[in-house]
Amino acid sequence: MQNPILKVEGLKKYYDIKGGPLGIKVGEVKAVDDVSFSVMEGEILGIVGESGCGKSTTGKSILRLVEPTEGKVVFNDKDITNLNNNEMRKLRRDMQIIFQDPYASLNPRHTVEKIIGEPLLVHGMKSAKERIERIRELLEVVGLSPYHAKRYPHQFSGGQRQRIGIARALANNPKLVICDEPVSALDVSIQSQILNLMEKLKDEFNLTYIFIAHDLSVVKHISDRIGVMYLGRMVELTNKDSLYDNPKHPYTQALLSAVPLPDPDLRRDRIILKGDVPSPANPPSGCAFHTRCPYASDICKEVRPEFKSVEDNHFVACHLYG
Amino acid sequence: MKRHERKPKDTEQPLTNPINREEPADEEQLEAISSWRDTFRRLRKNRFAVAGLIIIIFFLILGLVAPLLTSYSFQEQNLANRLQPPSGEHWMGTDDLGRDIFTRIAYGARVSLQVGFFAVTGALVFGTLLGIIAGYFGRWVDMIISRVFDILLAFPSILLAIAIVAILGASLQNALIAIAIINIPIFGRIVRSRVISLREEEYIMAARAQGMKNGRIIFRHILPNSITPIIVQSTLGFGTAILEAAALGFLGLGAQPPTPEWGQMLASSREFIQLAPWTLLMPGLSIMLVVLGFNLIGDGLRDILDPKMRN
Repeated sequence: MQNPILKVEGLKKYYDIKGGPLGIKVGEVKAVDDVSFSVMEGEILGIVGESGCGKSTTGKSILRLVEPTEGKVVFNDKDITNLNNNEMRKLRRDMQIIFQDPYASLNPRHTVEKIIGEPLLVHGMKSAKERIERIRELLEVVGLSPYHAKRYPHQFSGGQRQRIGIARALANNPKLVICDEPVSALDVSIQSQILNLMEKLKDEFNLTYIFIAHDLSVVKHISDRIGVMYLGRMVELTNKDSLYDNPKHPYTQALLSAVPLPDPDLRRDRIILKGDVPSPANPPSGCAFHTRCPYASDICKEVRPEFKSVEDNHFVACHLYG
Repeated sequence: MKRHERKPKDTEQPLTNPINREEPADEEQLEAISSWRDTFRRLRKNRFAVAGLIIIIFFLILGLVAPLLTSYSFQEQNLANRLQPPSGEHWMGTDDLGRDIFTRIAYGARVSLQVGFFAVTGALVFGTLLGIIAGYFGRWVDMIISRVFDILLAFPSILLAIAIVAILGASLQNALIAIAIINIPIFGRIVRSRVISLREEEYIMAARAQGMKNGRIIFRHILPNSITPIIVQSTLGFGTAILEAAALGFLGLGAQPPTPEWGQMLASSREFIQLAPWTLLMPGLSIMLVVLGFNLIGDGLRDILDPKMRN
């Protein structure tokens, strides 16, 4: 059996809300509220959820681009939550991220060569000749040409830019790559190219992905296991097939029923949720989903359901499966 | 949902020739390249900026070739020739000590432009450094630096300059230091606000994710992207610095006689305003023109470099 490359335990990220002239803390936004999961070496873990549910914050907290408020991130059996800046910098060689917006994540004043070469330089590849060689290699790997190296980001299309972002992430042969909605900013016709590229690269370089997305079909296509998030919490985590065939959490069921079917003659009962997502600054007591859940009972309002295994490798946080 | 049925085999196709498959970057984006040449091309279209540039170049040349333009010395007195009106011999007349005003204006251009240059450079270097530190590190560092800026800005700038010169002693050099100091918070605040907005950019976060040190992020990523407002403020600051130096000179706190400083020239001929108005008109006009020139360029650059103004 594979080993977990990454373990996240009780991860929390609260943002303080400050008010008044003195900037006194008047509350907090619970962007990520006690999330735990582990990622096996070589797998693709998908994380889905509505916008604002904390999936990106989770990804960035794992890399400590956003300092987690509480919780533990263990990477390769090493607790990285308390590493100092210098140790963390060295570790970034092994943990990389691909950003959502290929227009915002590349420095507009740097050439592609510089963008891809800089991580090599800061991690000790001093020789310019070696770097250029590696940049050429990386550009070819992601499907661009070596002559693109001298160009600036604005001279590329969205898909090409995302390829540059991928090349940059792969520059130092990372083990884990967090993909923060890497295709959601792209044209649908380009999305599949990038997804296929990412799958190819995963096999080629033995990568592990955490794939964050809000598009259920994209996640279904690429992931091995999928975690569903709602209001800063993980509500369900299981294999792709059991999630899509046998969703347990009422939120997952509602979410999946919203995926359009490709056949116009097929009808399916959609579960329409009432109301809006509650504010993460003031989440509901007990189960965060009880305000919209069709099966909610009294216990849901009071006790926060534990995130536990109900079947083999099928984790759910719901009182229905207590 | 076709793309999800695509088998990995198909991926080879788009990968071998990805460039043609994706739409090329459109013309508009290519147009937005902000290179120096591009900036200069647009600067030339802005008539006011061109006028400003011509004025500044005129004074620059005037200062540079001053010894060639006149046979008089800027400090040699000729009391027999006091307060002569402009003539073929003395283009701008002479002052109360019989010195050729044109000569003094030309040498004065050297002084003023030097003051502008060094005062702006000083303010720029320290202001930018402090602004970056405040904006990038935030929290209490920002708190302290910003409050110091606020204190400096709370005083009318000339009053503060007078106080600083009073402490250091009256000389052109000290006036220059005072002007640099009062301009530090102006640069500092611009840079700070720019850094704060850049810090939230995804490519700065990407740089951190790559494992870059703060120094590299600041000097390679943040600074180059905040250069535009710094350039604009430097140009505008040039004019302000010259004006402030002239004011200090006028008050007797800047350049000391016989240095041909325009503000000081104004002060020393103040009493002859009715008898010999050219003694005031010429240095006054020079100050006005130089300051106007820098402001015109500064305004022009601000319009040109502002991405929102492009069409």
